[in-house]
Amino acid sequence: MAAESMTGRETGTPLVKRGLAEMLKGGVIMDVVTPEQAKVAEDAGAVAVMALERVPADIRRDGGVARMSDPEMITGIQQAVTIPVMAKARIGHFVEAQILEALDVDYIDESEVLTPADEAHHIDKWAFTVPFVCGATNLGEALRRISEGACMIRSKGEAGTGNIVEAVRHLRSIIGDIRKITQADSAELFDWAKQLRAPLPLVREVAETGWLPVPMFCAGGISTPADAGLVMQLGAEAVFVGSGIFKSADPAPRAKAIVEAATNFRDPHILAKVSRGLGEPMPGLEIDGLETRLADRGW
Amino acid sequence: MKVGVLALQGAFGLHERVLNRLDVAAVQVRTSEELAEVDRMVIPGGESTAISKLLDANDLADPLAERLADGLPVLGTCAGLILLASEVVDGYPGQHCFGAIDATVRRNGYGRQSESFHAPIEIEGWELPFPGVFIRAPVIASAGPEVEVLAELDGVPVLCRQGSVVVSSFHPELAEDDRIHRWFVEQE
Repeated sequence: MAAESMTGRETGTPLVKRGLAEMLKGGVIMDVVTPEQAKVAEDAGAVAVMALERVPADIRRDGGVARMSDPEMITGIQQAVTIPVMAKARIGHFVEAQILEALDVDYIDESEVLTPADEAHHIDKWAFTVPFVCGATNLGEALRRISEGACMIRSKGEAGTGNIVEAVRHLRSIIGDIRKITQADSAELFDWAKQLRAPLPLVREVAETGWLPVPMFCAGGISTPADAGLVMQLGAEAVFVGSGIFKSADPAPRAKAIVEAATNFRDPHILAKVSRGLGEPMPGLEIDGLETRLADRGW
Repeated sequence: MKVGVLALQGAFGLHERVLNRLDVAAVQVRTSEELAEVDRMVIPGGESTAISKLLDANDLADPLAERLADGLPVLGTCAGLILLASEVVDGYPGQHCFGAIDATVRRNGYGRQSESFHAPIEIEGWELPFPGVFIRAPVIASAGPEVEVLAELDGVPVLCRQGSVVVSSFHPELAEDDRIHRWFVEQE
């Protein structure tokens, strides 16, 4: 919750929350499960790490209920690196979020990768000082999350598959609808709001600015430098890499290569150079063969 | 005049937007060829560790050091301040600091994100305060005799100049206020 101190310093305001997302643009946020992995990520040039118990590929394999990480693990990772540390709470689990805020994490991901705790309500993110990122598969979902206080949106993709196809689908859906809305006349915006099940003022803001009111990053299935280049050229402003790094044969060089790809995403010569000799990427999964579609969680 | 914005990582797009509002030609700089073309430079906020590594990856560290040594006018905000400082405390081992301004900075000195804040900044000679946004900001722990402190917050320098080098702990690119950019491009 926003607060003003004696000296006129205001913390937790929307600008301060969105501000950190702005600083992460053009960068790579990496899933890590140990302080050692966090160091590898920082050494490779990650702009932040996401501390979690198991990467999505393992959550998918193991099944069962996936929850917030052990605070001890999160603290260990905070002590290991100087870059921002994010952590995941279950959808609607506002007490996990309170705990993560008490741990002083820099961003909370209200994430479909964990098992949802509430089937009707996302967390009221305005109630927190710590900023939140939420996943979205389409523009309506993105605007609903923003109306609940999310300060960063990540397109969901399908986490833990190493398959970029869903990330591309979600990005194209969100950005395609933004493009259409900017062409709509003022009367059509009412219908857009209804179709998207999103607040009219946010729809109007998108129509005026041609972009979301918060940064939009991409997640779910990125496993090569080319994947990072693809989603950045499609319009993502930064990338989350989950299983793609630490489930590959040689994580450190792949992490560094994806960082360089996110910066030089328009230069195919640099993308070619950094893609060389990285060893085996993580094994991928076909979307049609999945038992659980994580992107379907949340609404 | 062409103003380059170091576009390796971070809030370079926001700086570009402010410069465009001022009708200044802004170009993104990712290569030494692009760097050679610019008359002034902005080094944006972002993660200084990542930007530092990307300077090496894109073979920009030496050319940038040379241009800075030649007196390239530069505005460094947050991570940009860290890169321009002469010494970094609590930094990442081996991260670049080019010594363009005689100041010691403490990385993340204002704390983690929970302590990020905004506050009005009184700038000497300016009528209205500037909206300062501090995001996991570096503290200017000490500044040498050549450094002109243009603004302080609670007794700590937050906006400084040494010759044509201007640095801030906060993010003028996040404010809907173009005065610092305007002042920077209009200097000399």
